Amino acid sequence: METHGDQRAMAEEKFILIPGRTSRQGCGISEGKFGTNYREEIQTLQMSPQDMARLQLKDGDWVRVATEHGSVEVPVVAAKADELPPGVLFIAYGELSSRLMGADTHGSGMPTSKGLDVTLTKCSPPEMPAGRHTPAN
Amino acid sequence: MIDRERSGAAEPELKIVEDATCTFCGCVCDDIELHVQGDRIVEAKRACVLGTAWFLNHHVEDRPACLIRGKPASVEEGIHEAARILAEAKYPLVYGLSDTTVEAQRVAASLADWLGACLDTTTSVCHGPSGMAFQGVGEVTCSLGEVRNRGDLIIFWGSNPAESHPRHFTKYSLMPKGLFVPNGRRDRTCVVVDVRKTKSAKAADIFIQIKPRADFEALWTLRALAKGLELDARQVEQDTGQPLAVWQDLVERMKRARFGVIFFGMGLTMTRGKHANSEALLALTRDLNRHTRFVCKPNRGHGNVTGADNVVSWRTGFPFGVNLARGYPRFNPGEYTAADVLARGEADAALILASDPMANFSQPAREHLKRIPYVALDPKETPTTRHATVAFTVATYGINVPGTVYRMDDVPIPLRPAFPSPFPSDQEILEGIERLVRQWKYPRPQPGLSLRPAAAGSLHR
Ligand code: SF4
Repeated sequence: METHGDQRAMAEEKFILIPGRTSRQGCGISEGKFGTNYREEIQTLQMSPQDMARLQLKDGDWVRVATEHGSVEVPVVAAKADELPPGVLFIAYGELSSRLMGADTHGSGMPTSKGLDVTLTKCSPPEMPAGRHTPAN
Repeated sequence: MIDRERSGAAEPELKIVEDATCTFCGCVCDDIELHVQGDRIVEAKRACVLGTAWFLNHHVEDRPACLIRGKPASVEEGIHEAARILAEAKYPLVYGLSDTTVEAQRVAASLADWLGACLDTTTSVCHGPSGMAFQGVGEVTCSLGEVRNRGDLIIFWGSNPAESHPRHFTKYSLMPKGLFVPNGRRDRTCVVVDVRKTKSAKAADIFIQIKPRADFEALWTLRALAKGLELDARQVEQDTGQPLAVWQDLVERMKRARFGVIFFGMGLTMTRGKHANSEALLALTRDLNRHTRFVCKPNRGHGNVTGADNVVSWRTGFPFGVNLARGYPRFNPGEYTAADVLARGEADAALILASDPMANFSQPAREHLKRIPYVALDPKETPTTRHATVAFTVATYGINVPGTVYRMDDVPIPLRPAFPSPFPSDQEILEGIERLVRQWKYPRPQPGLSLRPAAAGSLHR
């Protein structure tokens, strides 16, 4: 996904990101990785309702999430009920979550893929929202 | 290209397949009733939401069986080109294996051996760290049947089966009425330990929400308490995010259980600490056997990732991350694992079987994979097949292809396919590649000729 300029200034916020499985992502794998279900699911970030309120974000606002290894721009939605504690973000596994992880496996073969330190800033949505379904690769 | 012209054809007869096996996740449910109409499954009784999506979306697709550099080609041409790419490589990588039959995995291991390749499976990026921990600590384990009949304290740690293995609770771990748990759910206590209050947490009697990246500290807290050591309450709460009393209560429940089980997931293996987290959990399980019977099991994701561990172990002596370049196997996670071999830019060709590193690997690994020639086998189009030099569309295991898979508890389960596919199986493609590679790299000695294998440079003929 292309990067876009900030819509309005928001201080860089620090979070811990946990990529993981969801039923919709799992079904999307069988339906096809270029289908709407899969692509929407892996390109949506979840945040605790408390953090959404604190940062004055509403469902569908776009944010840039960055690690030292890469950054992605995604719409954010409030996590259901008390699923996420404040300070923790969730995204379904996929190409976007992989872009945020480093290559170093610390001698284990496994890159650190959960519990990533990320920074988050608000950004403007892409010019053509349909672009969010465009395969990244 | 598959001919899908059906105009004017009568509706195909409905066929029922009893006891079909779902290979979407490691539960490998083998009690599915499939309703099949021609080359389409129209209903999958007893399958969960993931299983239903799996069965109902694997019909025969209108795609070429083989693409070479994006252009349709015959399967024979594809096999020839794939064999050439791999045989000419100095450091080929054979990776994936977890979503295919044991029979195909065996051929992949043989092919890797003939090639002198690095052989790695998707285990390295799911429970590979647990595989390392098993070697260090050992595994006190059991079958899912024992859990079903005996388990009275069921703990899920860093695992969310409600979304990843939806029938886990009903088929094996929580709901079933078993020999020693006759009242089913009422005879069991379920504890979920996680950073997020997942859907699984909502099914638990006790949910323990720990601080992100505090699994290691929490597990060692439990080990210390199980040993009867005194701990600083303030420190424990600061390290784990939960008061000491919560951990004391859990340890007492663990000791009191008649048959305790910990199912653990990638919340442990993918988070900082990785194999050290798994080691802590395996050691805790071992410690608890001083008090009662306690076992643990990784909740495995892909349908036959456990088969991949078994096959690679029985063929090479190691479960994943094996290098065969010297003619004998060497195991070294971090050196011979696919994520590393690619990110460091070492492999100069690859065979990707039933997996999607182009979606799941780090950016440097993906960029390197894009630069080298590689062969991909998959029933579906994926980011990995899109970039492959040679991409084969293969028949789907369990739906079109018979064979064997291993459930997450190492129990082999037979597959009962629903309908035939016009596409070749993974095994057929791999055998074709293996035959050519073997002929080219190790031609049968002719009388009077040298017995030494042909040099890689002389493969073109
Ligand atoms: S639990 Fe797993 S194996 Fe069983 S039906 Fe669901 S996806 Fe298939």
